[in-house]
Amino acid sequence: MLKKQIKETLEASKHNGWVLEPDAKALLHSYEIGVPRFTWAVNMDEALQFVREHGFPVVAKVVSPQILHKSDVGGVVPGIDNDEKLHDTFQRFSKMEAFAGMLVEEMDAGRELMIGAKVDEQFGPIILFGMGGTAVEIYNDTVLRMAPLQKQDIPFMIKNLKAHRLLEGYRGSKPVNKEALTKVLLAFSDLVMDIHEFIESIDLNPVLCSPEQCVVVDARIMLNRK
Amino acid sequence: MDFRALFQPKTLAVIGVSLQNDQHPANVVFNKNHLRYPVKVFPVNPKGGSLQGEVVFKKIADIPQKVDLAVIAARAEHVPEILSECIKCGTGGAAVISGGFAEIGRNDLQESLVSMAKKADFPFIGPNCLGIYAPSIVDSFFLPSERMVRPEQGNVAVVSQSGGILVDQMLKFKEEGIGLSLGVSIGNKAMIREIDLLKYLEKDPATRVIAFYVEGFARGEGRDFVLAAARCPKPVIVIKSGKSPGGSKAVSSHTASLAGDYEVFSQVLAQMGVVEAKDELELISFCESLSCYQTPIEGKIGIITGSGGHGAMAVDVCSAHGLLVPGLATPEQERIREDLSRSIKTIASLGNPIDLTGSAVDEDFVSTARHLSTIPEIDCVLMLLLPYLPGITSDLGARLSSIYQKEGKALIAYVPHVEKFRMLIEGFELNGVPVSHSIEAAVLMAEALRRCQPC
Repeated sequence: MLKKQIKETLEASKHNGWVLEPDAKALLHSYEIGVPRFTWAVNMDEALQFVREHGFPVVAKVVSPQILHKSDVGGVVPGIDNDEKLHDTFQRFSKMEAFAGMLVEEMDAGRELMIGAKVDEQFGPIILFGMGGTAVEIYNDTVLRMAPLQKQDIPFMIKNLKAHRLLEGYRGSKPVNKEALTKVLLAFSDLVMDIHEFIESIDLNPVLCSPEQCVVVDARIMLNRK
Repeated sequence: MDFRALFQPKTLAVIGVSLQNDQHPANVVFNKNHLRYPVKVFPVNPKGGSLQGEVVFKKIADIPQKVDLAVIAARAEHVPEILSECIKCGTGGAAVISGGFAEIGRNDLQESLVSMAKKADFPFIGPNCLGIYAPSIVDSFFLPSERMVRPEQGNVAVVSQSGGILVDQMLKFKEEGIGLSLGVSIGNKAMIREIDLLKYLEKDPATRVIAFYVEGFARGEGRDFVLAAARCPKPVIVIKSGKSPGGSKAVSSHTASLAGDYEVFSQVLAQMGVVEAKDELELISFCESLSCYQTPIEGKIGIITGSGGHGAMAVDVCSAHGLLVPGLATPEQERIREDLSRSIKTIASLGNPIDLTGSAVDEDFVSTARHLSTIPEIDCVLMLLLPYLPGITSDLGARLSSIYQKEGKALIAYVPHVEKFRMLIEGFELNGVPVSHSIEAAVLMAEALRRCQPC
């Protein structure tokens, strides 16, 4: 059942065509999908308050309804480890088009995976899962499944990736937490089934999976125009 | 909706026959059914008169019997009125072979047929199609009998959006000895669509394998189709055309760019246990194999041949398809060796692939196939036969088939398809063992059994 608050977020984002990252993350959080701790700072004090509470390092990302591809315009700064860098970044972001604040977020580590969704013309809601990062189109190591996913689908999806051995512990690295990964995929499938009428596609990329947890570091929800 | 009138008609009206032009599509349909099929045929033309000594009825309502199937081959603008008359006089169903509807932008004309038929629960195939080929029952294809290549009656049904592809597949079925239970060209599929025929064929006792040629599904239709196919206890094979992405749509997300129309189509089919044939060779091989066997295999292949080269080639193709060719343990090899004829006992290599050499005789192939058919290390036997070897006779096909009949382990043969080896080939085919014309196709037949897990 689609919660009222989620519906409101989606309706409110419709004119923009996509959901701002902090809103998208709040939406994921409501489905118990792990996201890094973050704050949406509209002034420097709020940014500073976050690092006082949670410490450095952090990543800062520009929030703007006009900027969909943040990295392309220098709108993502990882590894900020002091007040001065945080301040400079805020100043630079604030001059960007339609600046609506800065996302300040904890830094996580793990394998870069990608989880996505698309509403296909012929087959309806589809889930994508694969290796993530900025070069996903080049490696194209992904599997597709018609939603909703069943728990028994997940091991097959993992095994169908060319790089599946990287997830199972390769050359001394520990395997990623399969239980956490399964939980994220199934929760995401629920989310997609609930909101498929509103969306065109979703990218959760990267999703960082470690032996401990899986967290969604970036989320892009594209809305349909109908 | 009841499709029996469409596919098992006892009476047939051919609407739109010409009184002057005997080459007219409707006349071709009338002639072939009149002369060659048990169905009772009535020609219809508003001018009346006579055709081949038979009375031409002015309208379908004038026919003194209830008509099961009406084949409509009149000009598009007359079709709505004709269809309405068919409905009024209680006709069982229709195949509208006329073109000139949605395919040329006349969606309005097509829509008028659909709304009328839906209201009356009246099934019709088409428009813009060849219609129905039901072996020994009825044939609505407007292709002269002498030009058509008709496969044997059998258990594979083919549903095709393209009439040309269907006729071509029938030709290939004939070449490969695959039997057909029903061929339907659905054209614009205005009313009867893939999913409707899937549901009908699922219950059709004559059909064991259902194959589809699909160009595309309408919005959401693919989802319903695969869900129905996943529930179907018979193997469903789909070949799709239009695999390359049409135009470069600007895509704003990674998922949208990675999950193109065809990638989704292909992976969703696999997810639901529908066997996708990537090309015609796969389609034919899968149809032949699944028409004989429906017990899934893991893919542990035992290869028996009289030529080392054939064995090596088959191993390469198996490995490219992810099929295993497990080596046989020495004690197993010794058991096989004991039964071999003296001339090859010391020279045959039995590790898998098994090369019985060019000096092997029928009895060697039979005893080796029997061994492999009883051991759990192997779940499918590929028999690559070279009929030009002097020790092989035409009886071998039937003899090997009887091993399958007894042991129940899938046996797939390769025999070069030339006329002089016909009896050997038929020895397999007529006894329910698939025979391929190439090593690659033989491996694809095994692949089908592994891919079709729900069957």
